[in-house]
Amino acid sequence: MKYLPLVLANLLRRKVRTALTVGSFGVALFLFGILAVVRGAFRQGIDVAGADRVVVVNKVSIIQPLPIAYREQILRIPGVKDITYDNWFGGVYQDERNFIPQFAIDVESQRRVFPELVVPEDQWKAFVEDRQGAIAGEDTAKRFGWKVGDRIPIMGTIFPGVWQFNLRGIYTGKRRDDDRTQFWFHYDYLEEKRQWGKGMVGWYTVRIDDPDHAPAIARAIDERFANSPYETKTDTEKAFAASFVKQAGNIELLILAIGGVVFFTLLLVTGNTMAIAVRERVGEMAVLKALGFTDGFLLGLVLGEAVLISLAGAVLGLLACKLFTLGGDPTHGMLPFFYLPASAIAAGLALAVAVGALAGILPATSAMRLRVVDALRRV
Amino acid sequence: MVRVDGKGEAKSLIRVRELDKTYRRGEEEIHVLQGLNLDVDPGEFVVFMGPSGSGKTTLLNLLGGLDVPSHGSISVAGDELTRMSAHKLTEWRARHVGFVFQMYNLIPVLTAFQNVELPLLLTKLSKSQRRDHVEAALAIVGLGDRMEHYPRQLSGGQEQRAAIARAIIADPTFLLCDEPTGDLDRKSADEILELLTRLSKEHGKTILMVTHDPMAARRAQVVLHLDKGVLTDGDRAGAAP
Repeated sequence: MKYLPLVLANLLRRKVRTALTVGSFGVALFLFGILAVVRGAFRQGIDVAGADRVVVVNKVSIIQPLPIAYREQILRIPGVKDITYDNWFGGVYQDERNFIPQFAIDVESQRRVFPELVVPEDQWKAFVEDRQGAIAGEDTAKRFGWKVGDRIPIMGTIFPGVWQFNLRGIYTGKRRDDDRTQFWFHYDYLEEKRQWGKGMVGWYTVRIDDPDHAPAIARAIDERFANSPYETKTDTEKAFAASFVKQAGNIELLILAIGGVVFFTLLLVTGNTMAIAVRERVGEMAVLKALGFTDGFLLGLVLGEAVLISLAGAVLGLLACKLFTLGGDPTHGMLPFFYLPASAIAAGLALAVAVGALAGILPATSAMRLRVVDALRRV
Repeated sequence: MVRVDGKGEAKSLIRVRELDKTYRRGEEEIHVLQGLNLDVDPGEFVVFMGPSGSGKTTLLNLLGGLDVPSHGSISVAGDELTRMSAHKLTEWRARHVGFVFQMYNLIPVLTAFQNVELPLLLTKLSKSQRRDHVEAALAIVGLGDRMEHYPRQLSGGQEQRAAIARAIIADPTFLLCDEPTGDLDRKSADEILELLTRLSKEHGKTILMVTHDPMAARRAQVVLHLDKGVLTDGDRAGAAP
């Protein structure tokens, strides 16, 4: 701590330069934070996927349906404990920008298969008793200001017409990352009103007895329907969520590529800044050495300055990012989990320290190797 | 007692024997110092004079452990410098040598107080102890009321006084002054010389100073001449007032 005034004084000698370098780190870490938020939003489904659930979809494509008759056959496969099914609805509420994931659900089995999504008992009862009843996630209800009892019209895109629903309940999640944006309604209501696709469902979600049995059960399900008109592809819920994400492209690679380019540029910018800072202070460093400050001290001094700059920028950038995310999802529903987790903040800080140290290592080494006599001659 | 004939007593504070310093410039060898002997007792105020390029600064650098000789030995208070590693030499400098440079060489972004405090950061003194020491040193050099001033807010003479305070703060074994008045006007130069004389007489500091200034040389107890790398005995002045 006794060296801190020296470090700070050095950093503040060129205030504009330091501010610009800190700003570069700030912008980069803000971008890093946003990328982490987007990645987290895409991965949310993967991260909270139930280990004891597998998802059965049409082998051709997830948008191809499966017969509802498969339900009973799947239930008979050893290891299968329970099953539910969903159908994607794809409607629009008021405006196309108001995206919400809407599912026609099997009312009877939904809560058994997804126990982490909780609906108050009285609301669930009201929902079950109302064929036009619907349940919304608490985030969606909050976003549109919905209250239980509201009448909600949804314009169907896949299934044309205006569909009227009565909001009978609001669900929440037991875990922080559980999806609270969905909109559920009776599969029977869909079945009754739709003009095509009757007797079909979008996919099945199956609860199994042991996560370790997932590969064997998945194989058994797919073998059961092999060579049928509707062959299946069964995966763990995690793999299903991951394949869902992949439909939007290789998000991970994209994020890594952008992040990599940004941090490499930052490395060069900071390295150059530190090199200039050291070159300007060759005489002062020689004096410090003459006074008895060791090579290791000078190495630490320059590295400390570089790391302090990077940390200051990182704190500012991540703080700005956190404040930005507190404002909620700016895409109006495309990224329902617009949240900067503590792990991303820690990773950002660690990355900043690493880049700062890496950028400072060459100038710091040159400061360490400085020959006092030569440097003093130049003063 | 100062001797340059290599016959000084073993108890001399500074003992230099057969000191050579040679630089290579391409194929050419430049002999900056040749077979130099020197003995300095504690409390002496010694001045080195000589033309430019005669090796004065090189000698100070060698005595201060900033450079290593090509041949010969340097011993200070029993420590043999030529046998020390670079790291040991750095630690030794912190304990034994106070440097005063012609261009003051204060750190411009630190106040006079912080500049003077620098050598104490290498000690285990507490913050309050460091403060006491720095205040005392700045009072000795007459800058008690300029502690929070930055170098740019001080005159040349004041900067050099701050540099002297920095040199004496850790109570080194000896001071090495490389043309400390070379960049000052006459009045400021006299003030600095007066200060160095006081440090020598009242505080018993051993001072080795390089200068071109005859007025500065008059302050010293001994003036040695260096020419073409060879040190010769000069005047024993007896210190002018």
